[in-house]
Formats: sequence, C-alpha cells, structure tokens
Amino acid sequence: MIGAAYAEEAGHGGGHGGSANLPDPMHQFEIKRILPFELFGFDASFTNSALFMVIAACVITLFTLYAMRKGALVPTRLQSVAEVSYEFVANMVRDNVGTEGMKYFPFVFTLFMFVLVLNMLGMVPYSFTVTSHIIVTFALAAFIFIAVTLIGFWKHGVGFLKFFVPSGVPFVMLPLLVVIEVISYLTRPVSLSVRLFANMMAGHTMLKVFGAFVVALGLLGGWAALAFMVAFTGLEILVAFLQAYVFAILTCIYLNDALHMH
Amino acid sequence: MEAEAAKLIGAGLASIALVGAGVGIGTIFGNYLQGALRNPSAAPTQFANLLLGFALAEATGLFGLVVALIILFVF
Repeated sequence: MIGAAYAEEAGHGGGHGGSANLPDPMHQFEIKRILPFELFGFDASFTNSALFMVIAACVITLFTLYAMRKGALVPTRLQSVAEVSYEFVANMVRDNVGTEGMKYFPFVFTLFMFVLVLNMLGMVPYSFTVTSHIIVTFALAAFIFIAVTLIGFWKHGVGFLKFFVPSGVPFVMLPLLVVIEVISYLTRPVSLSVRLFANMMAGHTMLKVFGAFVVALGLLGGWAALAFMVAFTGLEILVAFLQAYVFAILTCIYLNDALHMH
Repeated sequence: MEAEAAKLIGAGLASIALVGAGVGIGTIFGNYLQGALRNPSAAPTQFANLLLGFALAEATGLFGLVVALIILFVF
C-alpha cells in the first residue's frame, strides 16, 4: 500500500520535498516486476522483492547445510558460526518462554534468520531491502499475532480472556483497564511491523540522502559527508542485527504471554 | 492556507516525535552507564536489555517519521 505509493513517487522522480538536482532517496524502494504474471486477475508477478526473499531463503538453507555438513565435535569456523546462531536463538527462547517454549524454537529461529539475512542483504549496495516494505513486515507480524492468539486459546480455552483482566486492581478501575489491555494487545502486530519497517526505511533513506551529499559536495567538500557515511553504515549494520533480534525477542515475549498468561 | 503548505507543516510537526526518542535513548544509555559504573560485574548481563530498550525507544520516534511520510506521500 505504502510501498506502491513509493514506487509511484519514484516513477515521476522528486515530486515532494527534495530539490531537483539531488537523486530521489525513495527510488531504492521501488518494486520492479521481473517476470510479469497474472493469476485469477491478481498481479502475482515475480518481483525484485520476491527475488531477494528467495535469495535469503537459499542463503540460510545453504549456509546451515554447508556449515553443518561434517558436524565435527571440534567445529570449524563456519560450523561455529552456525552453532553460535543456533545457541543464541535457543537461549533467547529458553530465557523468555521457558523449556516448554522450545517446541516453537524452529519457528523463532527461522523468523530471526530470515529477518536478519533480509536486513543484511539490504546493506549490500544496489540490492533491495525487502523489510523496508510495510506489507512484508506486517504479514510476518500478523501471522505471529494470529498464531500466538490461537496458541493462547488452545492452551487455556476461554480462560485466555483472563489475560485482559489485570489482577490486584480495584473493581471500579477494571472497565477502563480491560479496554486499555485489549487495545494494547491489538496494537501489537502494528507496532511490531512498523518498528522493523520504519527502522529499515529511515536508515536506508538517510544513507541515500548522505550519499547524494557526498556526490554533490564533490572532491573538495565530500570527505566530511563520506566520513559520516562510513560511521552511519556501521550503525545501520548494528540496527539491521538489532531489529532482527528485537523482532524475534518480542515474538518470544508474546509467546510467553500466551503460554503462561503474565 | 494551501493544502500543499499545510501538508509540509504537518510533516514537519510529525517529526517532533524524534525529541521523545532522543530523550528516551539518552535516558536508557545514561542509566545503563550509571548502573554499570556502580556495579561493573552485573553490567554484561544487562547488555541485552540495554539493546532491547534502545530499539524500543528508537522505534517510538520512527513512528512519528512514518506519520510524516504518510502525510507526505499517501494523502
């Protein structure tokens, strides 16, 4: 929805804001059709967004398979990278959900690796950042939200509704607090998706704007902007990891709420 | 007032949300440092919470940025 607006915006270049001689920072978010394809009247084309998701899935699968092909007791460098990422997510699930949460570990691990690799692929110059589109992150977050709600009802039955009634508050305050709790529960998928999308989009827009400054200032003045760019690229790589981490840990926290009710 | 001008002013006002994010991130890192200097041995165990708090605080500011972008590009 918003992504389409960007593509349109990038199409007629500039438009709002930005002066005419600087490149449009939103152009990098444009979705291009690689294989145009129509299915029952819907546009189901294979786009650059789909291409990067396929690349991410292939990278994760091939990396884990290749790194663990020997499964040696004393790991090689590549194998220890795979082991560290496994241990990292396993500890995250164990600390936040407890041992009974470990049956959801494959899902959390897939989610973490998928978001992490998509964010990191986005940091490669001339590539496309899939997670900078709200529809992708919202689809992930909506899936998590629905799954967690179903797990809650499946585990506790109708008793899961007690989750919205905070304990130990005066009876008169309850109507207000229940409404607040329900609203805060319903905004979870929105905040989860917007956090990831906004971070990636804001970071990449800022990198593009400063990249344009480097070119515009030229050989004499561009060095200051270039130094800032180097520092900011480092920060962006940190943010790319951090947002994948936060996305996974919030999924764990939501799972914990559904399994243990506070 | 022209609608275009009102849009730009609105987008500018929406970016004030970053003030809150700045205060929040400053508070988180300041308090972490304060705690870490008082009890350095406990500091590494809370590093994950520090990053989580940083990301959560930063996100609230970016919500304002999203509002600004929606005003600029969607309407």
